[in-house]
Amino acid sequence: MGRYVIRRLLQMIPVFIGATLLIFLMVNVMGDPIAGLCGDRQCDPATAAQLKKEFGLDKPVWQQYLTYMGNVFTGDFGTAFNGQPVTELMATAFPVTIRLTLVAIFFEIVIGITLGVVTGLRRGRPVDSGVLLLTLVVISVPTFVTGLLLQLLLGVEWGWIKPSVSSDATFGELIVPGLVLASVSLAYVTRLTRTSIAENRRSDYVRTAVAKGLPRRRVVTRHLLRNSLIPVVTFIGTDIGALMGGAIVTERIFNIHGVGFQLYQGILRQNTQTVVGFVTVLVLVFLVANLLVDLLYAVLDPRIRYA
Amino acid sequence: MRGATHAKWAACAVAAALAATACGGGGSSGGSGDGGAVLSSSWGDPQNPLEPANTNEVQGGKVLDMIFRSLKKYNPETGAAEDMLAEKIETTDSQNFTITVKDGWTFSNGEKVTSKSFVDAWNYGASLKNNQKNAYFFEYIDGYPATHPAEGGKQTADILSGLKVVDDKTFTVKLRQKFSTFPDTLGYPAYAPLPQAFFTDHAGWLKKPVGNGPYTIDSYTKGSQMALKKWDGYPGDDKAQNGGVTLKVYTDNNTAYTDLLAGNLDLVDDVPAAQLKNVKNDLGDRYLNTPAGIIQTLAFPFYDKKWNTTGSDKVRTGLSRAIDREQITETIFQKTRTPATDWTSPVLGEEGGFKEGLCGDACEYDPAAAKKLIQEGGGLPGGQVKITYNADTGSHKQWVDAVCNSINNALGNDKACVGNPVGTFADFRTQIGDRKMSGPFRAGWQMDYPLIQNFLQPLYYTNASSNDGKWSNKDFDKLVDQANAETDTAKAVQIFQQAEEVVRDNMAAIPLWYQNGSAGFSERLSNVKLNPFSVPVYNEIKVS
Repeated sequence: MGRYVIRRLLQMIPVFIGATLLIFLMVNVMGDPIAGLCGDRQCDPATAAQLKKEFGLDKPVWQQYLTYMGNVFTGDFGTAFNGQPVTELMATAFPVTIRLTLVAIFFEIVIGITLGVVTGLRRGRPVDSGVLLLTLVVISVPTFVTGLLLQLLLGVEWGWIKPSVSSDATFGELIVPGLVLASVSLAYVTRLTRTSIAENRRSDYVRTAVAKGLPRRRVVTRHLLRNSLIPVVTFIGTDIGALMGGAIVTERIFNIHGVGFQLYQGILRQNTQTVVGFVTVLVLVFLVANLLVDLLYAVLDPRIRYA
Repeated sequence: MRGATHAKWAACAVAAALAATACGGGGSSGGSGDGGAVLSSSWGDPQNPLEPANTNEVQGGKVLDMIFRSLKKYNPETGAAEDMLAEKIETTDSQNFTITVKDGWTFSNGEKVTSKSFVDAWNYGASLKNNQKNAYFFEYIDGYPATHPAEGGKQTADILSGLKVVDDKTFTVKLRQKFSTFPDTLGYPAYAPLPQAFFTDHAGWLKKPVGNGPYTIDSYTKGSQMALKKWDGYPGDDKAQNGGVTLKVYTDNNTAYTDLLAGNLDLVDDVPAAQLKNVKNDLGDRYLNTPAGIIQTLAFPFYDKKWNTTGSDKVRTGLSRAIDREQITETIFQKTRTPATDWTSPVLGEEGGFKEGLCGDACEYDPAAAKKLIQEGGGLPGGQVKITYNADTGSHKQWVDAVCNSINNALGNDKACVGNPVGTFADFRTQIGDRKMSGPFRAGWQMDYPLIQNFLQPLYYTNASSNDGKWSNKDFDKLVDQANAETDTAKAVQIFQQAEEVVRDNMAAIPLWYQNGSAGFSERLSNVKLNPFSVPVYNEIKVS
């Protein structure tokens, strides 16, 4: 187990370097960011040159990358164009997005798995067909439509919630955005669980458990569900990273100042430091989430062992 | 824990439904007392650090306008430059000015505003090592090249030799050339005075800027909100009529608009294009659509030989005549733009140099004449024009496509004009800076100060700061110099208009339309208006 973890951690290094390098190059080919800082007029060349020097943009790209990575390892992610250190931006943005992700994951687990179990056990019944149809609708409607519609109905028409999230972004305010963010994944979780449950219901160990005379509840939770959850856990694990990075649409609709907002603005302003910094952290989140998923396998299915 | 937060959420929802008041981070106290109530307004995250000489976009400018007062102030209705902190500005030759500062003004931290507050601030703004993006505002002052050498040069002075403090109340300014309307430029935020605290604790000042305007900054959370409150000790006569303003950063102006409809926000100063159709229904007379000092034009790359031939002025004029401005402003912009008939803006007023119809026939839609002119001028260079624009903001794609459509229809050739989108604004600016434009490109101009000079000199004078097309014309330059030297304002304006006629005769840029400022506000507010810079006049807003 320990060796496995170490091996996995070592594998992260090339992935990490490759991903950051790619992002760095991509942001850099978009042109000179300083040119966009002066509004609809030409930057005065002397000031532009001075700013370039300050942000290290006058050096060749490979040198910029090396300096940047060197600084990252000392915890210095550079400065955004508005003079704020990127770490400060991260300190305000990540907690918000993490809260939003937690709310979304919570909905995925609670609603998704519950619906999946219910439909998996009643395959072909009206409940099953109903939920299947519902998930189909959710999957096919884009997030921004669901988001704007809920915002309009709950926020403006009925006044149940505030249409936008305040700068505190408490858990309570994030319930609706979280639900919107989770909606598509939630539908997938439901379908995955359903299929998995339906398949395992006919397996030998479930029949044995039923034959032993175990109560139905115990059969479902301890035997059936535990084995059926492996694909679901894989999906939810990879989804953590996707939710954090992909929240741009939801965050924009509900005015949440999280990672998506910072990334969006970083890209618009072509702020290499912001974009690369945030993506670096997101890459790390992805990698760690994947590692955790793999480790969870062993817990769910003891037959899986890591040498 | 979860239960607790849930309850809070429910309480908020109920409160929002009942009283439509802000919840959590907001600040509205909801009292009915006129002077004490706070209003909330939409805001965008400023792009640059909030320093007077470093702020060149509307969002940061909005704040500076609230926390600073300068020597002059532009009348929110007429745009005229009126004395604010200036007791008098005297000159005999339009080149040497003696400025006297009024007594009794202080910064909100108690420090006195003296002539030194101005001189220090201007020196700071001009000095290259401070990286101030508006440094060029000081380029008219003597000694500027030493403090701000051209690229590659070495900075030899930290202060402008043209500025001298005489005493606490007086200082003198010596300009590098005659510039008769110089005093009228002094209302621009870049010329604001700065307290000593700015220089002694710069980082601290940036966290919470201190100025001398009707508002002080109560709290500032970068990227999310700024709470400004009325400064009771403000000595000016344009005191705040409300208790304060909470500026909330919105990621999307659609969300801000939704918040306004839900009663969650009091003021939106940028109605999203998608909502323009509904805005009258939604808000009625709580929707403002007033002219601002912004003009949109199509500029041309005069460094490209194809656009600098004899006869190419006919092609440009022909293109101008092929654009149906009336229809585009109506269908695409829902009348938030007005077809342009000169190269300035209606906010200048007749006296300020706006002359309706100065463009004449050249801006009138006439497909037949357009076709003829373009043929006479030798046809479109390369048989096709590509209009370059940035596609990331401002829904430029729609109007560029419409302009092209109009041109194609006029010429009876559906390949005569195509749009050429560029991914980001920065890339667009880079390509302009690198002189890579192969055809006409989008050029927007938002005035710095309401003077006809500002609409002409920076854009069309040889090698001027915003002359992106690198147009150059001796007659035009001569007239501008002459106008700047003229001490009589009315005469100066007249000569500027003659210079504008040179722009017209060569069609240096095609004027498209004047842009309006738009705003929507809640029932709590009254006396809301937009100034010529399309920024709400916050201090005059009344909250009930």
